[in-house]
Amino acid sequence: MNLTYFTFFICIIVCTLIITYWAAKRSKTTNRFYTAAGSLTGFQNGLAISGDYISAASFLGVVGTIAINGYDGFLYSVGFLVSYLVVMFLIAEPVHHLGKYSLADVVCYRFNRNSIRSVMAFGTLLISFLYMIPQLVASGLLLRLLLNIDYSISVVVIGGLMTIYVVFGGMIATSWVQIVKTVVLLSGTFLLSLIVLSRFHWSPSAVMTEIIQQTPLREQFFIPGQLLNSPVELVSLQLALLLGTAGLPHILIRFFTVKNTKEVRRSLLSATWIIGIFYLITLVLGFGAIALIGYQKLVAADPTGNLAAPLMAKELGGDFLLAFISAIAFTTIVAVVAGLVISATTAFSHDIYHHIMKKGTTSEEDQLRAARWSALGIGLISTIFALRMENMNVTFLVSLTFTVAASSNFPVLLLTIYWKRFNQTGAIVGMVTGMIVSLACLILGPHIMNPNGGWITSKPLFPLYNPGIVAIPVGFFSAIIASLIFQKSSQSADEEMAPFFIKAQTGIDMRGKSM
Amino acid sequence: MNGQNQKVDYVQVEQSEQFQQFMTKRKKFILPYTIFFLVFYFLLPICTSYTSFLNTPAIGDISWVWLFAFAQFVMTFVLSIVYVKKAGALDQEAELIIKNQIQKGGAA
Repeated sequence: MNLTYFTFFICIIVCTLIITYWAAKRSKTTNRFYTAAGSLTGFQNGLAISGDYISAASFLGVVGTIAINGYDGFLYSVGFLVSYLVVMFLIAEPVHHLGKYSLADVVCYRFNRNSIRSVMAFGTLLISFLYMIPQLVASGLLLRLLLNIDYSISVVVIGGLMTIYVVFGGMIATSWVQIVKTVVLLSGTFLLSLIVLSRFHWSPSAVMTEIIQQTPLREQFFIPGQLLNSPVELVSLQLALLLGTAGLPHILIRFFTVKNTKEVRRSLLSATWIIGIFYLITLVLGFGAIALIGYQKLVAADPTGNLAAPLMAKELGGDFLLAFISAIAFTTIVAVVAGLVISATTAFSHDIYHHIMKKGTTSEEDQLRAARWSALGIGLISTIFALRMENMNVTFLVSLTFTVAASSNFPVLLLTIYWKRFNQTGAIVGMVTGMIVSLACLILGPHIMNPNGGWITSKPLFPLYNPGIVAIPVGFFSAIIASLIFQKSSQSADEEMAPFFIKAQTGIDMRGKSM
Repeated sequence: MNGQNQKVDYVQVEQSEQFQQFMTKRKKFILPYTIFFLVFYFLLPICTSYTSFLNTPAIGDISWVWLFAFAQFVMTFVLSIVYVKKAGALDQEAELIIKNQIQKGGAA
């Protein structure tokens, strides 16, 4: 590792540790630890949401998949972005009004049962680990390729950093690491895209002509159907991307970090614009990568195209630019995994420890101590898992997290917020069925059961790579049917629903947080 | 204003004209826009799967399918602004409901 790389990485590590030190002095209450006490402004939270959302899979993965598959790669960006409309129109404000620290708080505001809280907490833990461990594995592999450092050292460094941020700085440190990451990522990739365009004298048609020369797809590069040629797979993927974001706990708990409804809207507005602009930049980078590097070299470096952005940086600006882009990728990874650690921590220490094991009787100091220990435990467990999974291809799990979230958390949240006849049995059945079905489709599907190099070498029992189109409706219907079967009298349902519904819609405040 | 909200008859508040009007207004913008963006979003994969007319050039070498994909971005940007405006316009009404009905004990 030469001096340029070393300087960039030390810079980032030192910066984020200073943030954590500053945040640690401010994280002395549970409210501050879990939600930064609602102290972020809408714009800051918008930056943090983008930092939480744009993973290395989005940055490096989307650039790579656009470079290799053309138009179909861009569909991921479309889905990732439009999903924010679902969050905005249907989910964000009620979640902010109803929840305190965790996603389970939202559902338990209506159905205050420990059984529901445990199921919701389990869902958050499952989704967070499913998302976090593959990111750690991918980051280990990435740093090994980029910097030639040992896989286990990279995993330990990233796992260690994310744990330190959360244990000492809680939500405040996590938020500010994410804000810094978004600023660095956006300005870095914007700069890189300008360099790319200047190479082609700012002419889109020059880029397109060069792409057709470089890709084996020729003109087909710009036409749909290169990656996803079955309509069912395509619609299924788009459905999971659209509804998944609205079920991702680490994104939704970010709506507790602002103080009122207006700031929730501002967060969403800025997050949507930032994420949208970012995906437009990745399109330029994807095009640039295939035009400047060529298909053969991209695939030789990494068959999935994940190294497209770094390779192009090297081509355009030598070692310096490569070091810069690698540092950005590194920041991207630590910011996202820190967000996942804090969402898992909240689910464990707030929901499981405080509410279920201790029946809500623990003191403030106890809760804070439990939160820090949980964060440490969660950081350690995921790092250990990531260390043992070096040789497994787990990156596909990242996109499948969207399916799990869209078929368990999302239906239950939506029905809790809007449907009068929904009840606790429906919530539990919906969550459990959604999780089981989406995981079963994944395990029995061609990602894992595959005659050519799957973990289980046999014919897949479930035919689709993207199980969303089956799992999401099953999640919804099971929740609805269970509610209808175990229905209460409509009058008691009215009495239970009315205060909840009014609060969800207006934000009437009973604990000094909104309006 | 009493801070104790236990006495509020929420069913009555919910059935009050004020709250019903507020909900009608909310639904009036949320539902149509939600249906619109869902249809617009799924139209893209459905059109590209079952037809090929989007593959014809629209502006120069750029085909309709790219314009449609970019239109998704434009739609998201525009709707995010629309949402903030429309939802913000109802804030006052929500506040009135809270002030008139809930904090006074729901006997409005």
